[in-house]
Amino acid sequence: MSEYFLLFMGAVLVNNFVLTRFLGLCIFFGVSKNLNASIGMGMAVTSVMTMSSILAWLVYNYVLVPFKLTFLTTVVFVLLVASFVQLLEMIIKRHMPALYKMWGIYLVLIATNCIVLAVPLINSENSYSLLMSIVNAIGSGLGFALAIILMASLREKLQYSDVPKSLDGLGIAFVLAGLLALSFLGFSGMIPL
Amino acid sequence: MLTAVYVFVVLTALGLVFGFILAYANKKFALEVNPLIHLVDDVLPKGQCGACGFAGCMAYAEAVVLDANVPPNLCIPGKADVANLVAELTGKKAEATAPKIAFVSCAGSPTTARAAYNYQGIPDCDAAALLMGGPKICKNGCLGFGTCVKACVFNALELGENHLPIVNSRKCTGCGACEKVCPKNVIKLIPLGAHVALRCNTREKGAIAKKSCSVACISCTLCVRECPYGAIKMENNVPIVNYKICSEQCNEAKCVAKCPTKAIIQIK
Repeated sequence: MSEYFLLFMGAVLVNNFVLTRFLGLCIFFGVSKNLNASIGMGMAVTSVMTMSSILAWLVYNYVLVPFKLTFLTTVVFVLLVASFVQLLEMIIKRHMPALYKMWGIYLVLIATNCIVLAVPLINSENSYSLLMSIVNAIGSGLGFALAIILMASLREKLQYSDVPKSLDGLGIAFVLAGLLALSFLGFSGMIPL
Repeated sequence: MLTAVYVFVVLTALGLVFGFILAYANKKFALEVNPLIHLVDDVLPKGQCGACGFAGCMAYAEAVVLDANVPPNLCIPGKADVANLVAELTGKKAEATAPKIAFVSCAGSPTTARAAYNYQGIPDCDAAALLMGGPKICKNGCLGFGTCVKACVFNALELGENHLPIVNSRKCTGCGACEKVCPKNVIKLIPLGAHVALRCNTREKGAIAKKSCSVACISCTLCVRECPYGAIKMENNVPIVNYKICSEQCNEAKCVAKCPTKAIIQIK
């Protein structure tokens, strides 16, 4: 049990996808201007990541490993994630219009996103079991949500401060992300990996 | 060799499976779109200028068809023709739109407006405006790098030899894209058919304006006194023309003849 808990906390804080591994930066900077949008994005990433991890685990263990094709993992996962997101978009568009209005635009962004691809890859590299893959995916997703929500709250405050013209917008956002990453570095000694 | 065959078979199989699932889902979960939306979209001018307040022509078409509160006359480039067609398609009532046209309210070329410094940065109005409000002494004048020209989706603007944008009245639709990007608010939308307009954007007092530019409005108020219909009023050191009174009642344009710096001009 403690193994799962450590994996979860490790994914959320120590190996935070955005602030330690520097993945998913495009959506991290693109969507973090507004708190509501970033909450939506965080939830969308978490759920898509969890579902695609399950699918990827099945494909990896029942197709790629038996045929000794593990060197194709990246290619197959790109295909898998992109088509899965497409499928999810169609289903949501038809059956949950309210959710589609909230998520629609983010889903398209997620379709070709490094962060959603990275989790299945890490799972397969470490040969995690199905349950561990799910725990890792949920933890990573929540870690991303935590980072983007923190960032959005800070950026909303930043709008009222007097930023030098040359740094306004993305410039100060990068500085801010760097400081956030520095503070997350403090978690690195928490769990011996 | 066997691996190569496996690669081929597995990738093809996976691709086919995903493809079929997506194709099936596309049919199964197909969303019925109101065909009227596409009809309305076909009528719109497709400039994607956003003057209607929606994110492009398709978004407006969707809104005007589905939402009863969205009026059919929001497309400014389309003018009355498009408004009537959209109204006909959606069964709404068309109200008259007042056509507008872009007007460059500055005549300060490099020979007439004095420079404060020699700007050698990025040739873009926004960039130039960041450096002490631009390279001209007059802080309200046209910067002359043609940011408005780039913003025009209808190719109605070009940069003249004196570094001032020229509006092509045949192509200008009055969408206001140029008005929005101008950092100095030099480009303004005025009613189509306006008689006279002030070709100066200064808000300074006459003496200061005169020092910075030889064609500036010098707040002499001659135009105000000359106008027999009271269509011009002084506000913040500059004359403001009431286009409605001006174009409906007057056809003499005495103010233009009297203006000592030719800041008020007649529009053909």
